[in-house]
Amino acid sequence: MTQTPDLFQIAGKTYGSRLLVGTGKYKDFTETRAAIDASGAEIVTVAIRRVNIGQTAGEPSLLDYLPPSEFTYLPNTAGCYSSDDAIRTLRLARELLDGHPLVKLEVLGDPNTLYPNVRETLKAAEVLVKEGFDVMVYTSDDPIIARELEQIGCCAIMPLASLIGSGMGILNPWNLRLIIEQSKVPVLVDAGVGTASDAAIGMELGCDGVLMNTAIAGARDPIRMARAMKLAVEAGREAYLAGRMPKKLYSADPSSPLAGMIASKA
Amino acid sequence: MLQLSINGEARTFAGPLTVTALIDQLGFTGRRVALERNGEIVPRSQHAATELADGDVVEMVVAVGGG
Repeated sequence: MTQTPDLFQIAGKTYGSRLLVGTGKYKDFTETRAAIDASGAEIVTVAIRRVNIGQTAGEPSLLDYLPPSEFTYLPNTAGCYSSDDAIRTLRLARELLDGHPLVKLEVLGDPNTLYPNVRETLKAAEVLVKEGFDVMVYTSDDPIIARELEQIGCCAIMPLASLIGSGMGILNPWNLRLIIEQSKVPVLVDAGVGTASDAAIGMELGCDGVLMNTAIAGARDPIRMARAMKLAVEAGREAYLAGRMPKKLYSADPSSPLAGMIASKA
Repeated sequence: MLQLSINGEARTFAGPLTVTALIDQLGFTGRRVALERNGEIVPRSQHAATELADGDVVEMVVAVGGG
């Protein structure tokens, strides 16, 4: 049987892996690299931060371990609380990465919950799309906001499943499904995944991909968890494409034939 | 003498100083950095031609691990 290839495209580029991973919170760069290799991810998020002026020359950097020639970098605006800061950060990222336009926009609204400020997010998205950025946008799981972000021209909508770094899993599959059904651009779960089943559930709902960091970096064995996440995303995608059996309420349906049973003892 | 603010730190340099020379003096030559001068990005192609002025506010960034 021939299968039509299951292509995952972001901003016109095709990727083999639907798992996107962050590069924060690892013990060292060696572990970062090993975990990302185990995850099979091709798109990796990075943060943009001030250089450490006192840094000794020749100190290793993330880029030495994850060369931009091997991975698609997705610079983020983590820590930004205003559209202005987010826009500035991504302009610097574009300069840093030789004009690379793919970015992850997130504008936070609260330091405790890291919940997105959608008003500032919408404002920043407008400017960035006009400036030619391919904007993958972190947002709440509000379908109306998701639709507005798509109308502005964002290339992927990335609703939270639960709070960033919480590992609480997918708390509102209904809203995610509403966003998936209405969106013409890829929808990725971003934030909240805690373990492999969370990633699989997201993919079974019909998400185009999953983005995670802490679920892997915060596991006891990050490299093993990276592998688990790779398998979970693949399994969830396959299950989605296969189309699950209908649920049958209040009665069973035997898997073995009813006919041909041996006679019961009298 | 040039008094510059670099990533929020006051630093004094002997002038004249181009962006290329600043990056060199800070030990970041050959490293992938991006630089803002008084809120405006100085593209890499302009580093050698851009002279810094007394009082300039410079932000210099790199990519670091993040999610």
